[in-house]
Amino acid sequence: MIDGIFQFIDENTYLLLGIIKAVVIASALLGVVPLLVWLERRLMGRFQVRLGPNRVGPYGLGQPISDSIKLLFKESIIQNSADKFLFHLAPVVVVFTAIVSFAVIPMTGPFELFGEKMGLWASNINSGILFVFAISGMGIYGMVLAGLSSNNKYSLMGGLRSSAQMISYELTLGLAALCVIVHTGSLNLVDMVERQNSWPNALNLLNPPLMIAFVLFFIAGIAETNRAPFDLPEAEQELVAGFHTEYTGMKFAMFFMGEYINMVTMSALITLMFLGGWNTYILPDWAIIGFVAFAFKVSFLLCVFIWLRSTFPRIRYDRLMTFGWKFLLPIAIVNLFLEAAIRVI
Amino acid sequence: MELLIFYPLAGFCVLMGLGVIISSSPINSALSLIAMMMGLAGVFVLQQAHFLAILQIIVYAGAIMVLFMFVIMLLNLKSAEEDTWSIRPQNTYVSVLTGFLALGALYKIACVISQAKLDSPAAVPDDFGTVVRVGTTLFTDFVLPFEVASILLLAAMVGAVVLAKNKID
Amino acid sequence: MLEQYIGATVMFIMAIGIACGMVFMTSVLGPKRHFAEKMEPFECGEKQIVSPHQRFSVKFYLVAVLFVLFDIEAVFFFPWAILFKKLGMFGFVEMLFFIIILGVGLCYVWIKGGLDWE
Repeated sequence: MIDGIFQFIDENTYLLLGIIKAVVIASALLGVVPLLVWLERRLMGRFQVRLGPNRVGPYGLGQPISDSIKLLFKESIIQNSADKFLFHLAPVVVVFTAIVSFAVIPMTGPFELFGEKMGLWASNINSGILFVFAISGMGIYGMVLAGLSSNNKYSLMGGLRSSAQMISYELTLGLAALCVIVHTGSLNLVDMVERQNSWPNALNLLNPPLMIAFVLFFIAGIAETNRAPFDLPEAEQELVAGFHTEYTGMKFAMFFMGEYINMVTMSALITLMFLGGWNTYILPDWAIIGFVAFAFKVSFLLCVFIWLRSTFPRIRYDRLMTFGWKFLLPIAIVNLFLEAAIRVI
Repeated sequence: MELLIFYPLAGFCVLMGLGVIISSSPINSALSLIAMMMGLAGVFVLQQAHFLAILQIIVYAGAIMVLFMFVIMLLNLKSAEEDTWSIRPQNTYVSVLTGFLALGALYKIACVISQAKLDSPAAVPDDFGTVVRVGTTLFTDFVLPFEVASILLLAAMVGAVVLAKNKID
Repeated sequence: MLEQYIGATVMFIMAIGIACGMVFMTSVLGPKRHFAEKMEPFECGEKQIVSPHQRFSVKFYLVAVLFVLFDIEAVFFFPWAILFKKLGMFGFVEMLFFIIILGVGLCYVWIKGGLDWE
């Protein structure tokens, strides 16, 4: 009996490791969300010369946990005229797409474990970056559904606005990423990082057209994740709370969970594509050091996200759309051909 | 093993396809269509067409269905209006006619498939369905259709502006 | 080839489980104290003044169509970017033609005011 189990493990190490890795990564991702909420509230507090949460647990670390327990026990109100099924589906779609799109993000380089060559990723798909774009692009339906099902004009307007914003900036996001793909010649995120591992090619960021691509990608990334200064769906002054006006309790929190996970995914993508991923260039390249370097870079970018939120006022909606279509998109196209021209000559 | 994954996926696709036709509200129809396309992407992955699977999600489920959703949101019909739409008699005639046409097409396809040799699938090269393979074919053998596609996209762009502008002014 | 999707599939199932579980939990655990006023759509404490069923600006439709077109264009770029080194100058010129034709389209939309949000 026990021998049989061991034999099964021996034969299917790859399969079992894949399952374990996926479970670990998904749970870690869920654990990061409350931490990120805490970090954001603490940092925002500092930026605004106040303390931020500091009562629950050391440094207020218990605050997000107590908040989520509270939210779980709040009444979930579904107003009478809402479409019940779609109303429930919307937050599910948001969280689901956010978690799945993280599946192909690699966090360390390949290393050996139990005789299997593996790395800290759930899946290493050949066209990994396309997978992220494809799945995170589906997150738009969460907003559309929330807007449609609530039967409230604020929700509908918010859903329409935020989905139009997301599709406008998705183009810039893709075109900026294409610069890196032309540069590295691969859609695989692991390959992209491996191409940056030695000094002449280190840090894609240092390459002039890619520098512009980095700025474009970062701006479009903020707009994609609906973060300030592009948090138009949450323009309280005009739309109450945008597409999630009618949501209460945990379902309300799920929209923010999706937002925070998307933020982590976006920071991870930027790290992999422009900042050299897990490469440290000076330290020995062990998997552990690589992971710490990767985590450090991602958390730095997350702090920049929070920093931007507390620095910039919200942009007006017509400005937002013209900025995306008339400024970012042409620059992204020209920049792509600049990079291509440099490569071809 | 592959069949074990294929049948649930295919069943899911068919079920969702039925959902598109049967459900009365346009939103549910569109949602079923999206779910069906996701299932179809899964089937493509099983057939080793990795790039096609991702394109299926990006272009169909991610872009074209967003357009559908926008139209639904913009029209924003009350449920009463939806009812009057669905019981118009000429709609019934049209749907019966198209139904028979579709049935004929399906029968034809079934005939062709049943004659094809299914038990000895053609050997696929290792890089089948990858981006490299698709790209090589597209940019060497099919250069002209590729360039013509851009003209098609241009025409669509002009058409969209003309349509939308008429309504604004 | 299919092994590379194992992790993603597990993640897929877990994500569905987590998301549905959260919605289910909050529906079960939360108190249920319903009364008529609470179940009305939110309107800053008033009865609903304007019906949500009204037509919206057609500009959103235009944005969606343009997005579809540019998304298809971007999809063509991906294999091109991968094969860029192999195709060399030929690929570059080929794609330049493609994008110039689409650039003309973008210029047309721009001049016609399709990108204006007034």
